[in-house]
Amino acid sequence: MGMTAIEIYKLLPKTNCGKCGVPTCLAFAMKLANKQAELSACPDVSDDVKTQLEESSAPPIRLVTVGTGDNKIEMGNETELFRHEKTFYHPTAYSLIVEDTTSPEELEAKVKEASEVEFERVGQILKMGMLAIKASSGDPAKFTETVKTVTGKTSLPLILISDKPEVMEEGLKIASSGKPLIHAATKDNWQAMAELAKKYECPIVAFEEGGLDELAELTQNIKKAGVEDIMLDFGKKSLGETMRLLTIIRRLSAKKNFRPLGYPVILSLEGDPEKEALAAAVFTMKYSAALMLNDISKWKMFPLFTLRQNIYTDPQIPIQVKPELYEINNPDENSPLLFTTNFSLTYFTVAGDIENSKIPSYLQVIDTEGLSVMTAFAAGKLTPEMVAEALEKSGAKDKIKHNKIIIPGMVARMSAKLNEKSGREVLVGPRESSGLPKYLKGLSEGS
Amino acid sequence: MPVQIPKEKWTGKIREVKFGGTQEEGGTRSSSITLGGVSTLPFLYFEGDMPRKTVIAMEVLDVVREDYPALAREPFNDVLESPSSWAKTCVEKYGAEAICLKLEGTNPEEEDKSPDQAVEIVKEVLSAVSVPLLIYGCGNDEKDSKVMQVVSDATKGERCLLGLAEEERYKSISVATMANDHAIVAFSNLDINLAKQLNILLTDFGIKPENIVMDPLQAGLGYGLEYSYSVIERIRLAALMGDQMLQMPILCDTSISWKAREAHQPNEAYGDEKIRGPYWEATTGLSAITAGADMLIMRHPSAVKMVREAVEELATSGGGE
Repeated sequence: MGMTAIEIYKLLPKTNCGKCGVPTCLAFAMKLANKQAELSACPDVSDDVKTQLEESSAPPIRLVTVGTGDNKIEMGNETELFRHEKTFYHPTAYSLIVEDTTSPEELEAKVKEASEVEFERVGQILKMGMLAIKASSGDPAKFTETVKTVTGKTSLPLILISDKPEVMEEGLKIASSGKPLIHAATKDNWQAMAELAKKYECPIVAFEEGGLDELAELTQNIKKAGVEDIMLDFGKKSLGETMRLLTIIRRLSAKKNFRPLGYPVILSLEGDPEKEALAAAVFTMKYSAALMLNDISKWKMFPLFTLRQNIYTDPQIPIQVKPELYEINNPDENSPLLFTTNFSLTYFTVAGDIENSKIPSYLQVIDTEGLSVMTAFAAGKLTPEMVAEALEKSGAKDKIKHNKIIIPGMVARMSAKLNEKSGREVLVGPRESSGLPKYLKGLSEGS
Repeated sequence: MPVQIPKEKWTGKIREVKFGGTQEEGGTRSSSITLGGVSTLPFLYFEGDMPRKTVIAMEVLDVVREDYPALAREPFNDVLESPSSWAKTCVEKYGAEAICLKLEGTNPEEEDKSPDQAVEIVKEVLSAVSVPLLIYGCGNDEKDSKVMQVVSDATKGERCLLGLAEEERYKSISVATMANDHAIVAFSNLDINLAKQLNILLTDFGIKPENIVMDPLQAGLGYGLEYSYSVIERIRLAALMGDQMLQMPILCDTSISWKAREAHQPNEAYGDEKIRGPYWEATTGLSAITAGADMLIMRHPSAVKMVREAVEELATSGGGE
């Protein structure tokens, strides 16, 4: 949401000196608006104008990074209200909360749990985002000790939670090299907290429960104090109110370019495990950049990660499965051989229907760049040559004794060519995958 | 620093569709259900109306096959053989607001129950519970056209939601719907254009728009949920922007989420399936609601409880007003 060429032009010196390489200031303004030129090419523009223009070209929701190296977490930089308009970029970072009042044994167990949560789903590794340490005791020594223990046991980026600057600083002394997130600056402590954020070069959360007016005020103050990497937390509210506030903040920032709330939102859910699970699901869909949880049981995290994976999938890039020869229901060398495409939905449907048939089978998946059978066929991305080649590569010949292959009914017209290219006898399967159980049963009874 | 709440000015509104015939209407339902009337995105009370909370119906099958997951059978183990007792359990024990009776046993390639048998089951369910009914055929066009006609006749006045009408097969079920003033479920396959096209076909055929509810196909969590999510959001946005042929209420069937083995099969790596399974279905339901669904058809009582809890809390005030 940058400025228009005319808006930029008004801020330029209007001397038409040509030193920037473009004959007129207006032409230069147009290039700037289209991001084809750099403002630094103008020698006469004032520092004030520079700041103004830089801000206008910044993303509507600031990108905030917590942590360093491979485990760092990026949040923000979202541009859309609806994923179908483009995509959502930075998946919600789920983070476990531990307290400095927790017993050492339990602390160790929780940190281990958070560090080890890991699922693999459709080729993606799904892991926790950050680990939050809450200074519940209010005792700087205790907090120091806890932060020390935790940093030694996990590589997850940290969130340090305390509203007391003197306690926060103790934590930062130990953990600042890992670029933790400071939680939080409030209307009462923001000067001191902002100083810490600058001194230790860490991002900071602006926490305000009193409403968006006050929250915007707070971020402005923090920013004026010289801190740029800010996140928002508006406190614990009902599910409905939270969803509405998240929506309002996303609309204001992404669509209205309202800078004071142009930051990613982090929220603490902290309810009973089931309530947390429901809230986390809703706020994963509706606009939360990070969520802090009390409980990260696997029954909760696996579905939640799956939801996040679904919602944050780029609508332009379909999820694909690996193009391999899949074994379903423990096939042997006499089991039927079918093929389909690597579009995940197509594959899951076909594999599911084969599974339901209970007939042991081989399913060769063809790399069609994530297109479904008919679309791939129409686009020339599913050809007899490709099927033959895939079978060759996957070693179907060595695993399967017979010389037959079942073709999806929709593309029956490439049967003859497939027979020629693969040397296999081509059997025409059903047009819809749902017909597979019946078809496969019939086939096995017939033989 | 005063913050201006950004409100969208929607011109469209979701049509109200009423189902469930009470005594005055010639039926036997204790109350009817009205869907729709919505003039904003889900739960954004600060810019429009959402007069009622999401309706939750529960599914009842006339035949339970092998692939019906053990975990989903558990709450109904004593009643699975009897659709009427099953329906009664859903309503009395788990608070189902409506029952979706799926007559899968009429499938000629499976149990092949006769139209008369189907009517018998429908009548039993009608007398066992007093909530409104959705009645679905087995999906075999030829058989459904016979079954749904007699079901329609036998339920005259009850104002059921009959399903499913699809682009390739909508005529016989439309005739059955219109014959006795029922309402119809228009099913399309994850495509906003198909959804609209089917609504046009149905209204051209003579079904009144206020008798149509859309089912744009809910995919389960992990198996294409994002497609459903975006199609529902797009349908709802188009409706609010004024597209009259998409202003029908939306219903989503979350029982599909039980097709995913990772949702409910024991697996230590994925945690306790007794709560994972229901949460998997609840998450599927929450995504439908968040995108714009007005009614859900659900399978597991614990999932129903979770979604209901979330809906109650989503419907509380505060935030933007």
